Amino acid sequence: MAAVMSPPVTRHAGINRTARSAARRRRALEWIAVHSLAIVAAVFFAGPFFFLVVTSVMPDNQALSGALWPSHWQWSNFRSVWDRAGFLTWYKNTLMYAIPVTVLTVVSSVPVAYALAKFKFRYRRLAMIVLVSAMMIPPQVTVMPMYILWTKQFGLGGTLWPLIVPTAFGDAYSIFLLRQFLLTVPKEYIDAAKVDGCGEIRTLLRVVVPMIRPAIAAVALFQFFYAWNDYFGPQVYVGANPGNWTLALGLETFHAAHHVDWNLMMAANLMVIAPIVVVFFFAQKVFVEGVTLTGVKG
Amino acid sequence: MATPVLALPGRGRKRAGLPAALRAKRRREGLAALGFLSPWLLGFSVFFAYPLLAAVYFSFYYYDQFNAPVWVGLKNWDYILFNFPDFVTGLQNTLWLVVVMVTLQTVFGLGVAMLITKIKRGGNIFRTLFYLPYLAPPVISTLVFVYLFDAGGPINAILAHVGVHNPPGWFNSPTWFKPSLTLLSLWGIGNTVVIFFASLLDVPKEQMEAAMLDGAGPVKRFRFVTLPAIQPVILFSVVTGVIYTMQYYTQAIVAGEVASGHVATAGTTLDIGYPLGSSLTVPQLIYQQGILNANTGPACVLSILLFVMTMLFTLILLRRKNGLVGGD
Repeated sequence: MAAVMSPPVTRHAGINRTARSAARRRRALEWIAVHSLAIVAAVFFAGPFFFLVVTSVMPDNQALSGALWPSHWQWSNFRSVWDRAGFLTWYKNTLMYAIPVTVLTVVSSVPVAYALAKFKFRYRRLAMIVLVSAMMIPPQVTVMPMYILWTKQFGLGGTLWPLIVPTAFGDAYSIFLLRQFLLTVPKEYIDAAKVDGCGEIRTLLRVVVPMIRPAIAAVALFQFFYAWNDYFGPQVYVGANPGNWTLALGLETFHAAHHVDWNLMMAANLMVIAPIVVVFFFAQKVFVEGVTLTGVKG
Repeated sequence: MATPVLALPGRGRKRAGLPAALRAKRRREGLAALGFLSPWLLGFSVFFAYPLLAAVYFSFYYYDQFNAPVWVGLKNWDYILFNFPDFVTGLQNTLWLVVVMVTLQTVFGLGVAMLITKIKRGGNIFRTLFYLPYLAPPVISTLVFVYLFDAGGPINAILAHVGVHNPPGWFNSPTWFKPSLTLLSLWGIGNTVVIFFASLLDVPKEQMEAAMLDGAGPVKRFRFVTLPAIQPVILFSVVTGVIYTMQYYTQAIVAGEVASGHVATAGTTLDIGYPLGSSLTVPQLIYQQGILNANTGPACVLSILLFVMTMLFTLILLRRKNGLVGGD
């Protein structure tokens, strides 16, 4: 084959060869440049994780010394964090916050997204404008009147309810993501279901929901992580009530006045971040698709 | 998704012949939509519309969250706008972050995305690696960075190894606080990278090949083919970046607290803005005034100002052709 494929010898052969070797050299140089940059970037992204892990197993005195490697691996740090007053409670509180928020958001957001994507009605454009605005408004804009309402009127200060209840009425970002995905579902499937005699709710549950499963998974994961990571909400509502603290609030306490347990703090960090990393490895595709959906097609 | 779709029973014919039937169908659809939307409409009224209006109301009152509100006219506004230096400091910090941080995030995010398109082998590991920091809870990434840049932390230890013996004070220095935060934000760039990466894959291949045949070098190809193709995504990323920067809260407050060493209990933060106001942002002032000091009126003025700032930039997103609200 090679003999057949090789070009016939002409008087340009020499020039061709130098041109080709120049191109090859350029490609080799580009390869080296790209991969050295990639290594630099990899060190930048992995570095903090590296120090997070090695510091979490350092002995107490070493963690304050700027050491780059543990003198011996003190696994008992994890045990100390686990036994520390509060840590288990924070873990439990965080789950009690994140799980209801995830479930409620999915259940309440799917029908709204369905209506915004697949129904024609007069104020649809206005509804979308309202939705996108709600998505962009930071919680600090509405927090004052809501804080007064929840704590003074309903007496729910010091609990996580003020953060859970609103998610039963749809979350703007989740609705938006689901709606973008629903736009890609052909309307014919929905019409066919209706021709077959399905009512609106049956169509939604039997036809639409199975088709948008990837988007539902993305929304569920994003919401769970949002609640897991949330700092502002718990700070406002349960900040003054340590019994209801979440992990995000509790982690800071490893840095008390005049005394830092960096090794214990990093061990605690690792124990909070670990579930996220595990979930991410299993659901990487779901994440990337979800992000792309809201970022590019929007 | 690729299964052949069922033919529709003459929808067009109905429209021409039976306007009454169509109108009935439209009405039914409108009612069904209203049914599906009503929980959210209710939620929006209670959790967005009400607090926005109530914030305007409270901005004209003195209210200590204990005694009944007392009308004070424009006093709260006058206080925040003209007699509250922290507000100016917060705006200055936000401006700094918008100009430096958002710009670097965009350039760095695009750079990493382009790097990924070039990597053929091991790309998957690399992609996971740069996306993971984005998922780290902001509190944790902040705590890790404060530790890394601590006076006795690993970064200074490494710097000492390479001969830098008087490093800057990082999170303890008013000059270096925001640059350190910027590094932290670049570490968590994963989301932006994914968005840029997807848009780079969508750059028309034919145009790229045509430009190559015309002898355009890599710089020219980037300038005249890639950049115009991904321009809408860059705009989206910059505008959302600006919006999120105006809301900058967790990283700034946690870094300030932990670096100052004054964290007694997370609920009763007192050292907002450490060091010397360099970490102060408007959302932190809302928390400080409204929640910690029960100073409702001024906090609501700040809320409204933050709302207006956010909406100005949201309008850019809404005005875009084929923008966020389009489709179908």
